[in-house]
Amino acid sequence: MSPIHDQSYRRYQGTRQPPGRGWTVILRAGIRSMLNRRLFLALLVLAWLPVVYRVIQLYGATMTAAAPQLSDFLRVGPATFKDFIQSQGLFVFFVTIYAGAGLIAGDRRANALQIYLAKPLLRIEYIGGKLAILMTFLLLITLVPAVLLLVLQASFAGNLDLLRANPQLVPAIFLACLIRVVVASCTMLALSSLSNSTRYVAILYTGIIFFTQAIYGVLLVVTGSTRVAWVSLTANLDQVTAALFREPLAYETPVVVSALVLVGLVVLSISVLERRVRGVEIVA
Amino acid sequence: MTDPSPPAVVLDRVTVAYGTNRALKNVSAVFPRGAVGLLGPNGAGKSTMLKSLLGFIPPREGTLEVLGLDVAARPLEVRARLGYMPENDGHIPGMNAVTFVAYCGQLAGLPATDAMQRAHEVLYYVGLGEARYRNVETYSTGMKQRIKLAQALVHDPDLLFLDEPTNGMDPKGRDEMLELVRDLAQNKGVNLILSSHLLPDVEYTCEHVVVLDKGTIATFGPIEALKGPAGRVFEVRVKGDLEPFVAKLREAGLECRETDEDIWRVFVPGGVTAPGDDQRLIAAIALASGVQLRHLRASLPTLEDVFTRAIGEA
Repeated sequence: MSPIHDQSYRRYQGTRQPPGRGWTVILRAGIRSMLNRRLFLALLVLAWLPVVYRVIQLYGATMTAAAPQLSDFLRVGPATFKDFIQSQGLFVFFVTIYAGAGLIAGDRRANALQIYLAKPLLRIEYIGGKLAILMTFLLLITLVPAVLLLVLQASFAGNLDLLRANPQLVPAIFLACLIRVVVASCTMLALSSLSNSTRYVAILYTGIIFFTQAIYGVLLVVTGSTRVAWVSLTANLDQVTAALFREPLAYETPVVVSALVLVGLVVLSISVLERRVRGVEIVA
Repeated sequence: MTDPSPPAVVLDRVTVAYGTNRALKNVSAVFPRGAVGLLGPNGAGKSTMLKSLLGFIPPREGTLEVLGLDVAARPLEVRARLGYMPENDGHIPGMNAVTFVAYCGQLAGLPATDAMQRAHEVLYYVGLGEARYRNVETYSTGMKQRIKLAQALVHDPDLLFLDEPTNGMDPKGRDEMLELVRDLAQNKGVNLILSSHLLPDVEYTCEHVVVLDKGTIATFGPIEALKGPAGRVFEVRVKGDLEPFVAKLREAGLECRETDEDIWRVFVPGGVTAPGDDQRLIAAIALASGVQLRHLRASLPTLEDVFTRAIGEA
């Protein structure tokens, strides 16, 4: 072997991965990039603090024999998990904004789409990779702690009575978390594809969450009925979550209507992404 | 049996439109392997053609083939063998140069370790070795051009698309970029299509040229062959009223166009003539037009002449 390293251009003789794995490259790079940000790590840690509170609650529930006056306060059931998932909504909001706003907006600002799509990478792989970044972090603060809590509850209780009494619990946890994560991720990614400015995207997403809630508040005052809750994104998520856990519904809106609104939002988001993620901007 | 080495690019009656505006009109052309210049004025359809070949813009009519592969049917295989240096600045935000180029290598299918090794190599090759750990966003215009070339090269493409590679570069940087392009084509065996409106860039780096104008092919072929058809070229400068002189030249069947510094390039079509005949003809026309002939010198045909004639004919 020559002791002098050739710094000129050389033809590549190694192996190549078949097309179709580009999204994993995007996912790995995206996760690495986010984990390098201290503020984001702090946000993730903060998002896990409610888990500590819930662990204490689960542990306390196993001790109610020693303190029966606390049994109502510490009672563990499907509502415990439903409340936990709903309370994580605040952190889902912040993580979605922090990790999601720049996912496509940043690429648009830097003209990176033409670089990505000139590689052997389908548009759906690009979108899938970006979606996977956000979904990974959102699942890390919803599904992962919820499953952990379920495991800890069984460990503390020393039995599977809760699961036997509530067979819908496991699928409800998975579905409720997935629905929240998919709706938040698709909506944010679609908004991110609409602008070059991360800040503008964050404002748009905040606007959608709060504006729809505000409209619901106004309609509630005008109509005096919670049947109009379908206009609020948050209310729809809570309604579907409650139905999955077979808990009392908070609004009069039919669950099917809430579910359809959420499906419609995801379909609209995918349609926006399909139109906006292109290798070239076409102005007809 | 399939041809073992098909042409780099084949376009068969391709029409590409943005809404009602047709950017390419029924274009048919064959780009041979090697270095081919895609030449044309701004808005001629050069970038549109490259973007169609990449599959970014589907043609309204016709078919496109790259290295024997149908772009519409096998877009991923096509792009796996292509390197694209876009005209506009482009990078992945928040990455330094070596991470960015390695990332592009991985996206193109290289394993992570190979992609990183190639990233270092190509960054040295394009002259960014010392700046490879700097964030791309801090690069100058010239450095951004180089990194675009590096990301296009990292996966060792069989065909390279270079869209205006010397845009915004200072003269020294431009010369270095052209040297790189020439080296890739002539010494490293990389097929390339260089899209440019700068004739000297194409003339310096390419053996073949395709001239586009208003969405159609004005002419194509080997540059030397296009430069050397029957006919001679003369540089002429006169003093006096130019209009009748130019009119009389054209009446006599001579083509002429003005260049910088009042010099006119006069093309005398036709076969070989006796030495001095052409000069005598031009002098006679000058005399008849009442202008004073100040400068008359035989010249060599350039790509600019080919371009001008092609655009004129188109």
